[in-house]
Amino acid sequence: MSEPMLALAGVHTHIGQYHILQGVDLVVPRGELTVLLGRNGAGKTTTLRTIMGLWHASRGALLFDGNDVTRAATPDISCAGIAYVPENMGIFSDLTVRENLLLAARAGEPDTARLEWIFGFFPALKKFWNQAAGTLSGGQKQMLAIARAIVEPRKLLLVDEPTKGLAPAIIQSLITAFRELKAMETTILLVEQNFSFVKSLGDTVAVMDDGRIVHSGRMDELAEDRELQQKLLGLSLDTHQ
Amino acid sequence: MTTTTPTATADAELPRLRLDTPPLLVLPILALLALPLVGSFPTWVTLTVAGLAMGMMIFIMASGLTLVFGLMDVLNFGHGAFVSVGAFTATLVLLPMQGWMQADSVLLNLSALGLAIALAMLVTGALGWAFERIIVMPVYGQHLKQILITMGGMIVAEQMIHVVWGPDQIPLPLPTSFRGVILVGDAAVEKYRLIAVAVGLVVFAAMFLVLNRTKVGLLIRAGVENGEMVEALGYRIRRLFVGVFVAGSALAGLGGVLWGLYKETLTATMGGDIMVLVFIVIIIGGLGSVGGCFIGALLVALVANYTGFLAPKIALVSNILLMVAILLWRPQGLYPVAKR
Ligand SMILES: Nc1ncnc2c1ncn2[C@@H]1O[C@H](COP(=O)(O)OP(=O)(O)OP(=O)(O)O)[C@@H](O)[C@H]1O
Ligand SMILES: [Mg+2]
Repeated sequence: MSEPMLALAGVHTHIGQYHILQGVDLVVPRGELTVLLGRNGAGKTTTLRTIMGLWHASRGALLFDGNDVTRAATPDISCAGIAYVPENMGIFSDLTVRENLLLAARAGEPDTARLEWIFGFFPALKKFWNQAAGTLSGGQKQMLAIARAIVEPRKLLLVDEPTKGLAPAIIQSLITAFRELKAMETTILLVEQNFSFVKSLGDTVAVMDDGRIVHSGRMDELAEDRELQQKLLGLSLDTHQ
Repeated sequence: MTTTTPTATADAELPRLRLDTPPLLVLPILALLALPLVGSFPTWVTLTVAGLAMGMMIFIMASGLTLVFGLMDVLNFGHGAFVSVGAFTATLVLLPMQGWMQADSVLLNLSALGLAIALAMLVTGALGWAFERIIVMPVYGQHLKQILITMGGMIVAEQMIHVVWGPDQIPLPLPTSFRGVILVGDAAVEKYRLIAVAVGLVVFAAMFLVLNRTKVGLLIRAGVENGEMVEALGYRIRRLFVGVFVAGSALAGLGGVLWGLYKETLTATMGGDIMVLVFIVIIIGGLGSVGGCFIGALLVALVANYTGFLAPKIALVSNILLMVAILLWRPQGLYPVAKR
């Protein structure tokens, strides 16, 4: 195996006086989609924020593409090649769809061919191109948030619970988008609670609880092993969708 | 508010247009209401132009401050220092160039004034840069300390003005061609007020273009809404902030020159004195909103001028009353800025 795109080794994160991540070991292999599962409050968002440098690890190390980014500042981490779709989507509601994407394209104007490719699975973005992003529906905002992360190719994509609160029709277009990204061998770390959504998308899976990784392995193994699912995820996750 | 709606369908109905008109209507309504109260049309024209001129100058002084707050939550109570320093710096050019200022030539008048404004903005911009580094940077994220230390910075700046220019008021006469009035029908309108309105409109238009048509401007607006996300896209919010701080300080310097010429006398505390109005304006406008700041400045100044004429006794509290009324209507100000 080649060196992983991202590796967290014994990462601890404190938020104020709270000890949230308590030694996270996580490996995101190159060119694969890694799913991070876990119940509410397990520390999934905190893990992504720590990777982005929005919180800093108090102990442990983060290695991205062979470089130590444990102490790096958020803009540097971003420029090193990590794109981030936060849990609240982080849309600039005052700016139009076009302007949101313009800011995400660091090389200047977004590439037209790539935009057309994105419009292929998120047609709403084309339709509302010059409209303030704040006026989009929740699903359209999620599409914009993901489009912003992929408008230029990046080495690693972090996506935090993209299906949260969305109707099945939109979840379907998200699945299409992730399949397209997988076809291009994009490396993705996808946080989810909706197991049925990620069951067929994930290559590898990690399950988190109480600030630690409690299981990691291949997704197909977990998908087949009902007993393990039961043990790790409980029923609530499976019926979540 | 435009927070996320948790449930949604694919291409839901086309959402409402973003331009929020009611605050825009307040200005003409206020002016029209004042007309019968004032009674005489020429007086009303004079008062309205005076209000617009004052409003434009306050806008120029306030616009930077509202972005400084919006972008990094920094409360700068020392902003008035840039107003005073700008006005005093202008005298370095204008007093030695009295010849050009008093000459009967628009060109010479404008050249002297242009030079004075350029120097004032350069000095206040540089001062802003130093102020940000030395005074503001160490207290990022700590509001109480920001208030105390920026007020301290202003006191130091005022004392420095005393040291350089002495403790007395300094007269700053208008250039010849800007003096006097223009008759519009029966109404007498001071020329300088029209010039102040024109400069204010130019500054507003320039800011509008920068904030809407350039990438830096878009980043500033994005940063006011969600600075963390701007950083996650790979941009340094602090660099933006320093730029905004310097530009805002230079604009305050420009406002100081205009304000000084308007009053025709300078005092070291002139910036601090106007700050009360400036803070009312940015609160009314919605912290972080340049458009709101513009409308708010015009509102505050018009109300001040109308009440000054109609009921001088309540003129002093009229702006506070205006602020209370606006905040009862829109608790976040006229144009609330969406915050993450
Ligand atoms: N800013 C904060 N201050 C204090 N505690 C926090 C903060 N953010 C998160 N936490 C705590 O950290 C723990 C992990 O939170 P985190 O958001 O990472 O969980 P999560 O797995 O993403 O949950 P969810 O599925 O609900 O999004 C929770 O107990 C939460 O209360
Ligand atoms: Mg979360």
